[in-house]
Amino acid sequence: MKIREIRPVTKEAAGNSCGCNQTSTNANLDKPPCCGPATCTGGGEIDENVPGFQQWLETPAGRVPQIASELRLADRIGGCKARWGIGRMHYIVPAGLYAVGAPDGDSQVVVTANFKMSYDLVRRSLAGKDVWLLVLETFGVNVWCAAGKGTFGTDELVRRIDASGLGRVVTHRRLILPILGAPGVAAHEVKRRSGFAISYATIRAADLPAYLDNSLQTTPAMRELTFSLYERLVLIPVEVVMALKPTAIIGGVLFLAAALLSGVSTASWLLIAYMGAVFSGVAIAPLLLPWLPGPSFAGKGAMVGLVWSAVYQFLPGAPSWHGVAVASLFFALPAVSAFYTLNFTGCTTYTSRTGVKKEMRLAMPVMGGAIVVSALLCVAGFFF
Amino acid sequence: MKGFRYLRNVATVELVESRCTGCGRCLEVCPHEVFQLAGHKAWIADRDACMECGACARNCPTSAIAVDAGVGCASGLINEWLRERNIRGAGGGCCS
Repeated sequence: MKIREIRPVTKEAAGNSCGCNQTSTNANLDKPPCCGPATCTGGGEIDENVPGFQQWLETPAGRVPQIASELRLADRIGGCKARWGIGRMHYIVPAGLYAVGAPDGDSQVVVTANFKMSYDLVRRSLAGKDVWLLVLETFGVNVWCAAGKGTFGTDELVRRIDASGLGRVVTHRRLILPILGAPGVAAHEVKRRSGFAISYATIRAADLPAYLDNSLQTTPAMRELTFSLYERLVLIPVEVVMALKPTAIIGGVLFLAAALLSGVSTASWLLIAYMGAVFSGVAIAPLLLPWLPGPSFAGKGAMVGLVWSAVYQFLPGAPSWHGVAVASLFFALPAVSAFYTLNFTGCTTYTSRTGVKKEMRLAMPVMGGAIVVSALLCVAGFFF
Repeated sequence: MKGFRYLRNVATVELVESRCTGCGRCLEVCPHEVFQLAGHKAWIADRDACMECGACARNCPTSAIAVDAGVGCASGLINEWLRERNIRGAGGGCCS
């Protein structure tokens, strides 16, 4: 294949698993990224209050906190709450060097992000090991998202190696990074600037012990991405929470308009129809993702929206509306579901930016058209 | 990725074979096995599996790989288009 043009990789690399909607540039890498729920300004300084703190270890670069591998109940509750977007603004640990077990100058160095869920996953998986844990300042964002933003990136890694005095703590020059951190980190540049060589180890923190026991060799299974029902399920709560605000606004306007025109009962049923369409797109279609036919996310969402439109008619107590009004719902509800499922592309790790752009160019006019047709039918139904 | 395939013939990943030194770094960072090594050169074995994360391009020491990487969700792209047209969104040009 003839290459006509080579474009440099853009600074704001990577699709994200958190509904990211702001790209970064070199200029604002030191600021919190606008990614998913807002986060606080940084993790602060390491002290005795870091999660899992046991004691201080003296090293040639000063004292380093030794942290437990066992998670406490509070850690687990915090993780659950963060999945629901509760307290996510402060779900962060200070960046810097930590010790798991009793590491020495020859021990491996594992690098992660300062989102507390990432920190907890990694320290728990390293139970029984003696390793250093270098936590980067990603402003409370997970590795994959932060790599896309560039905060889990070459500059921050080099800066953190220097600030933590890692070169004096260990005698070797190796770092172990998560594979999903690679979009933000240029291994050859880190090597040139800091002397540390990078091994991209595994995708999941849970595979780290096997990697360490396997003479630092990555097996094909450690490199294989999955998107199981459970992995999709845990992403959905925060998506639901993030959809609440726009849903409340649009739902409120719909409710008021319908209440004024046709009374509170009709307005309530309209609101239920709308909320169901949002939920179909945000939660049901993502859960059923591999079983819904076709590659298109908008198509998958529209299918679930269509099923909802039909199911809705048979809900106990549902009003028997005029045929035109029913037709109107069959246009609008699938369009709403389709939009939210299309947005779920931001949560996956297999959809490409170019693919999403193509799908949007095709699907957005269709969705818009469906909404317009639906509105016209509503108006028509009102007059006839 | 097993059980998941997105749109075909859209991924922008490209590899200039003459610049490739066969170091294998792209195979190491790609979570979708897009690249394979043949002799001392990498080649794009499964372009349609590419999610355009940009890890290969960023980690290629000889800049042999290019890909249009970036935000890949619908609301992010809408915000990007609005920003390109200098239209500030409801979130003050930031997050929704």
